Amino acid sequence: MLSNTGNLLLSISILCSFIVVYQSLICLKTPNNSIFKSIYQTSLLQSTVILICFFTLVAAFLVSDFSVMNVYQNSHSLKPVFYKISGTWGNHEGSLLLWVIILTIFSFLFLIQNKNHPKNYRIYTLIIQNILILGFLFFIFFNSNPFSSISPIPKEGLGLNPILQDPALAIHPPLLYIGFVGSSIYFSAAMASIITDYSGKFFAQSIKSWVLISWSFQTLGILVGSIWAYYELGWGGFWFWDPVENASLLPWFAMTALLHSLLVLEKRNTLYFWSVILCLLTFTLSVMGTFLVRSGILNSVHTFANDPTRGLYILIFLSLMIFTSVYLLFVKFKQTNDQIYPNSKETFILINNWFMMFYLITVLLGTLYPIFTDAISNNKISVGPPFYNSVIIPIVIVFLIFMAIGPKAKWIKNKFSNLKNLFLIFCGAIAINFLIIYFFKSYSLISNLIIVSSLFLIISTFLDLFKKPKFNLSRIISHLSFGLLIFFIGLNHNFSVEKDFNIKLGETKKIDSYKFFLQDLKLEQKTNYKAVIGKLQISDLITKEKKTLNPEIRIYDNPQTLTYEASIKSNFFRDYYLTMSNIDRSDYYNIKFQKKPFMIWIWISVVMLSFGGFLSFMRYAKNN
Amino acid sequence: MQKIIKSIIILLFFFILGIFFLSLNRSSNYDTEYLVGNKIEKIKLVSFEDNKIYSEQDFKKTKYSLINFWASWCAPCKVEHPYLMELSKERNIQIFGVNFKDKKTNASKFLKVLGDPYDYLAQDINGKESVNFGIYGIPESILVNDELEIVKKFIGPIDKQDLLNIKKIIN
Repeated sequence: MLSNTGNLLLSISILCSFIVVYQSLICLKTPNNSIFKSIYQTSLLQSTVILICFFTLVAAFLVSDFSVMNVYQNSHSLKPVFYKISGTWGNHEGSLLLWVIILTIFSFLFLIQNKNHPKNYRIYTLIIQNILILGFLFFIFFNSNPFSSISPIPKEGLGLNPILQDPALAIHPPLLYIGFVGSSIYFSAAMASIITDYSGKFFAQSIKSWVLISWSFQTLGILVGSIWAYYELGWGGFWFWDPVENASLLPWFAMTALLHSLLVLEKRNTLYFWSVILCLLTFTLSVMGTFLVRSGILNSVHTFANDPTRGLYILIFLSLMIFTSVYLLFVKFKQTNDQIYPNSKETFILINNWFMMFYLITVLLGTLYPIFTDAISNNKISVGPPFYNSVIIPIVIVFLIFMAIGPKAKWIKNKFSNLKNLFLIFCGAIAINFLIIYFFKSYSLISNLIIVSSLFLIISTFLDLFKKPKFNLSRIISHLSFGLLIFFIGLNHNFSVEKDFNIKLGETKKIDSYKFFLQDLKLEQKTNYKAVIGKLQISDLITKEKKTLNPEIRIYDNPQTLTYEASIKSNFFRDYYLTMSNIDRSDYYNIKFQKKPFMIWIWISVVMLSFGGFLSFMRYAKNN
Repeated sequence: MQKIIKSIIILLFFFILGIFFLSLNRSSNYDTEYLVGNKIEKIKLVSFEDNKIYSEQDFKKTKYSLINFWASWCAPCKVEHPYLMELSKERNIQIFGVNFKDKKTNASKFLKVLGDPYDYLAQDINGKESVNFGIYGIPESILVNDELEIVKKFIGPIDKQDLLNIKKIIN
């Protein structure tokens, strides 16, 4: 029943898209500057239908309708309600439906929000966006249908991968999708802008709020994924330079560059083509990321099933997107004579863009290189943290310094009058760095430079708050929090303590200045898993601090899987992070203990970073 | 000039998309099966007992050699051990053990309790030598002939079926 309803709604959505495209083509031929009312109506209908379609799938998960293949494969009647709902998008088919929802709703909102822009520009955006929607709807309908039925109807479902049964992972996909699927709207708008020659600052104004909102959500989405990896994957890291993480970071770099280049386009009417390229690049990278993780080329929790036809479909779609946009760009590209004075805000923003492109290319190379070597020479290699750390970190130092100075420059022509202040701030940063070394311990030269440059950015951005007559609060928050982010990552990296040992019940172990006591082990039956819960007391012999941590070994029923849950005690200064695993045929348990300073500040910095984006979005939406 | 740049961009995209297409039909699981048929060029393994170095010559003494990578801390190695013991009775094969990232005392105890099937035993304390053999986890075993050509690879513990296969090949 729900399966038929879903398929019917999908068909109506496809029909709506065709009608929107058809009506839009007719509308293009009319001379007046208004868009048919029927286009608005069909777009609204389309958004409503796709939402109902999505809720139908949610309903199928909620009532455990195992006649729907997708529910059978990814759910189980005993699963908690929350994970039944989040299971809807915790699989390939369901998540594609989420894709289409965002494509559709953004399309509708763009249509009604940009009434003061020319008709043709809006109509072309709508047409291109609907072609994208159609592409994904066909993909869903013919290849990855979440409403496929199964007969005979199974009595019980197979369950959801336990490590995906997690609150952070329930909200991670929607956040990330608003980010990178949201970028589709400025992909379409950029294409429309090239076709209709609607360039310059008005184009920038029409897409700026969309860039801001998608950037903010993308930032939050990456953060939530990272927090999940921190407490779920059990080795205390929060960024692994895993190809899948990189896939989410690539569009973020492009978006960040775009965010800044739009400032120049809006203010000075230059860098138009560059901004268009970034618009196209952002969504292309998003689709490429989807291709890499969904086709099974990269293995991760995101690889739902290995099905080359899926990959082939997305690859064809990606190729069409790339070649159409490249063709349009080549045809319409005009050499512009942008006058940019070397010492000006424009130059500094361009420098930001270069840095972003540098990071983007580095991460892209690191991600694609293993795929290339495997395809060409059968040689399986993996590019890991050492590559990224050694290429990216030294460049971050210079980047932070430019990030501190850039915003102080003036548009068109600048003259630095406050060099003395900057020098003083720099000295202050060095002094604080020495204080850290004095009170704690010394660290490598690169780390010193990272700390100094991030402090330089933090202090100089913070002082901007006192600047009269006006300051840009959202910019200050974002830059400040980026500085804090790097600063805390630096401290966290340098002052983390890690201990690895085996212990048995009732045993006490003293390692350096820590005493560990495995007090108790309890077996508990939860709704969908059994848990062996340890009670481990940690005493810091220097600070006399005592903490009890409860790491878990979980045995999930459906599907039967063993997972290790880290026990984490956080406060504003440090995290105690502890995982416990059993050792085969022995009474001993392996304990990995980490003390990670300022962990929570890393998360707070990213939340603030994204908040800066939201603030800027709200201010911009209010003014326009 | 613009034309050249445009052509390069187009070619680059074709190249990337082409590679993606080629990759579609590949398994992304790390797999060293493709090593079968290759020849091991150089062998330099340090003996477990003393610091004697084993080289290619030591593999030419019998028609076949099974290089087995194991450790005392590895539970599946215990599972495969009885089959190695049985294989050690065969004449046409010598078993070459490589003790992987292990403590010497634990390894000796392991062999004392469960029996020593190895004609030669080498140590690989930091696991570097094993990587050169294309090993990425233990237990793993490589069957080579006296030309040092890889005849078969066994990823994971050797089971009854594997034992029969080996016997078939060597006899």
